[in-house]
Amino acid sequence: MTDVQVPLTSRKDWQSDQEVRWCPGCGDYSILTAVQLLMPDLGVKRENTVFVSGIGCAARFPYYMNTYGMHTIHGRAPAIATGLAMARPDLDVWVVGGDGDLLSIGGNHLIHALRRNVNLTILLFNNQIYGLTKGQYSPTSEVGKVTKSTPMGSLDAPFNPIAIALGAGATFVARSHDMDRPHMQEMMRRAHAHKGAAFVEIFQNCNVFNDGQFESLTARANRDDMLIPLEHGKPVRFGKELEKGVVIGADGAARIVNVADVGEDAIVVHDEGRPEPGLAFMLAQLSQSVHQPTPVGIFRAVERTEYTTAAAGQLVAAEERSGRGDLAKLLHSQPTWTV
Amino acid sequence: MTDVDTRSGTSGGSTSLDHVVIRFAGDSGDGMQLTGERFTSASAIFGNDLATFPDFPAEIRAPTGTVFGVSAFQVQIADHDITNPGDAPSVLIAMNPAALKSELHRLEPGGLVILNIDEFEQRLYDKAGYTADPLEDGTLDAFQVVKVPMTSLTKEGVKESGVKPRDAERSKNFFALGLISWMYTRPVDPTLDWIRERFGKNEMVMNANLMAFKAGHAYGETAELAGHRFTIKPAEQSAGVYTSINGNMAMAWGLIAAGQLAKLPTFLGSYPITPASDILHEMSKHKSFGVTTLQAEDEIAGIGSALGAAFGGSLAITTTSGPGVALKSETMSLAVSLELPLVIIDIQRGGPSTGLPTKTEAADLLMAMYGRHGEAPMPIIAAYSPSNCFDVAIEASRIALKYRTPVIVLSDGYLANGTEPWLLPDVAALPDISTQFATEPNHVNETTGEPEHWPYVRDPKTLARSWALPGTPGLMHRIGGIEKEDGSGNISYTPDNHGHMVETRAAKVAAVADDIPPAPVTGDVDDAELLILAWGSTWGAIVTAVDRQRAKGRKIAHCHLTHINPFPSNLGEVLRRYPRVMVPEMNSGHLAKMVRAEFLVDAKSVSKVKGVPFTAAELEDAIESMLEGAK
Ligand code: SF4
Repeated sequence: MTDVQVPLTSRKDWQSDQEVRWCPGCGDYSILTAVQLLMPDLGVKRENTVFVSGIGCAARFPYYMNTYGMHTIHGRAPAIATGLAMARPDLDVWVVGGDGDLLSIGGNHLIHALRRNVNLTILLFNNQIYGLTKGQYSPTSEVGKVTKSTPMGSLDAPFNPIAIALGAGATFVARSHDMDRPHMQEMMRRAHAHKGAAFVEIFQNCNVFNDGQFESLTARANRDDMLIPLEHGKPVRFGKELEKGVVIGADGAARIVNVADVGEDAIVVHDEGRPEPGLAFMLAQLSQSVHQPTPVGIFRAVERTEYTTAAAGQLVAAEERSGRGDLAKLLHSQPTWTV
Repeated sequence: MTDVDTRSGTSGGSTSLDHVVIRFAGDSGDGMQLTGERFTSASAIFGNDLATFPDFPAEIRAPTGTVFGVSAFQVQIADHDITNPGDAPSVLIAMNPAALKSELHRLEPGGLVILNIDEFEQRLYDKAGYTADPLEDGTLDAFQVVKVPMTSLTKEGVKESGVKPRDAERSKNFFALGLISWMYTRPVDPTLDWIRERFGKNEMVMNANLMAFKAGHAYGETAELAGHRFTIKPAEQSAGVYTSINGNMAMAWGLIAAGQLAKLPTFLGSYPITPASDILHEMSKHKSFGVTTLQAEDEIAGIGSALGAAFGGSLAITTTSGPGVALKSETMSLAVSLELPLVIIDIQRGGPSTGLPTKTEAADLLMAMYGRHGEAPMPIIAAYSPSNCFDVAIEASRIALKYRTPVIVLSDGYLANGTEPWLLPDVAALPDISTQFATEPNHVNETTGEPEHWPYVRDPKTLARSWALPGTPGLMHRIGGIEKEDGSGNISYTPDNHGHMVETRAAKVAAVADDIPPAPVTGDVDDAELLILAWGSTWGAIVTAVDRQRAKGRKIAHCHLTHINPFPSNLGEVLRRYPRVMVPEMNSGHLAKMVRAEFLVDAKSVSKVKGVPFTAAELEDAIESMLEGAK
């Protein structure tokens, strides 16, 4: 989608005239800023960019972007965006949604967009709570969450969005968080450049209904020990002195070790391009809660046939085979008789 | 009805009929649908007018020999204009006892039963639930019976093809087809050509089917069927080129045509569902028309993807049946709110729930009309015959594009699978339904002074909003399901604006009434004692019933609606013109309720909700009892 002719734009060009209506202090603001600041760098045109969303706090996003936008219905954004991207492969289509939107009511559409590898950049704002409906537990909330709908604690095991995406065959899977703009922007830049469905989970603080949920991971003081940066071709290490690392045990599970105990060579080297998703899946499963060291970065980035290109290719192939459709010919294509 | 044909030349001579209704019945796996279709096709090519009624179970291969596994195909062929597949068949081909048991009650008294006698044995009597031998116990006393050992004659006849005896039996439907083709003097070449083409890849099977067909044909010639040969002259038809078409094929072609006439790429998002799937199949074959099809993950994604494509500037379509419409309803309301063109095709079937997937019904009208959350009106258009589905698809697309609105098209299982001859339209005479997209800003931002595009600026006449496609520089805008301010499209929760938007969306749909033909009235337009108001597939049976009643001297007018929402603007006047109004429907009285509510007329509902269409005789009874009751 890059076009050398694209005139230079600034953040302002990408801001709509609409007043942003999230709660003051919401993590969504920092994600919006990251996107608006990133867009001028991507070398794309506003008129060729479409943001599609469902329902939820995150889903208000399109209103704030001076691009084309569709704010649709709960859960359906990936399906609606699929149709748009198929009809208009020339466009850059982004999908924005929250954990309730994309993993609960819209879970089916999300996995199908991923398995088809539709050329969409999908941003999942994961705040592990329902915000717009005022604070019920979400499909990514931890077990035991006490909310209005679960006064005795929730019983449901949470989804791991990265594992879901990998399981659905996603070709690009990444995670970031709302406290680190450069990292978010790097993930978004890569996701946007990816040909196919690109899935980015962004930990997002809902300061009204789930405040501080990711503090244990994303607060500046905690990051070194709690975030495990995934970098392609590099050993998976973290800690202030990079003293900790990840190994794959004989049982096939990833676990965290002291590098000094196992030696540097034992630490697994990240390869985002591995054709089978096994390593990415093991890394995704490394953390089961926000209180365990959690990988961020690109879990997987592989090439696979992109859906909208393939679908458009079938139209071209059909025309090459039988010529451009001719209506009169079609009507006469079954046995006819003349009176 | 019959008279002896003096033109001889065939062995034993033949009797000329003005029409015949034949019903083929056998096991689901016996190929009765195919047999019926081939007979129909040969008759169409011969020049008869015809109408068909495929009637099959939902199960793909129900247990053999059982009554609920019987698959039937009824066809009426005539030397004159006909509109339906006939009430009672005069000929029944029963391939096994279950077929006889399930279908005999439909046969007219004195009708002809042709039995595959090889299958009439105790084991199959048991399966069919016969406690006594139907050949002996008087079951068939009121009918003429011809017993033909079809299975054994087929096995014998195809020996030289080399197929194994077990497989040889599978050609017996072609034997039956050959026999019936002989009896009704059908041209044989179209069928032989078709067999060669269809089975050409497997020479052995092709030869077996050819041999079986010829054996059946020869059997008629040589056996004592001399008194059973008939001719039905070609019908008088308007000059032109015809093809034989069913409703789903006509619908698919109409949608493809609409994309061409709109000069837009076409997008179909759909999820497989009986009886609508064939539209998805057919459209998927024609990608060279710029038709993109997506078999979506569910009904909701079917319509969702279509709506996304509509935003991108495609002629967007979703096809389904009643249960799918229910699932799509939230997105249909979104389409109302977004004011984007979208064509929603509902091939109705028996409900509620899974109901009768392969049987017909027309009980989705009130759902189409009212079955959404919020005030979400949309135009509704209904097809009345298989070939009419073509026109309706184009008309729905025209309205959707012109008014930026979702439009519902109602067809049903009876139209979807029913076949009739279709005088092919002149492509050059089809309407131009292209639409205008915004290319320039239509507003200046009050604060910045910059030109911009307001998506809800309306055409004053149609109230259609300005439609700017992504990719158009300078016209970036956001639309959504939240109530928006008219004009700017910005989110607005103000009471007066919401009231205004509700009224505007309704007024826009109502305005379509100025853009459609008046309600058509046929029959005794000036002095009818009864008006029959109807819509959809009841058309064929109503036309026949009205013709017969008028032939008996009754004064009847018939108004068949294509546009149901909005109603044609003269409908109120039409309804008040006649002393009595009857509304026959394959539902519990949906249209009747609508016109009573709208026009305060005493319209009487005549209802049939049995999964089978009205027969003309049933409608004649209803007419008679209404008119006699009135005396
Ligand atoms: S409810 Fe939570 S997620 Fe929603 S806007 Fe407020 S802070 Fe943000």
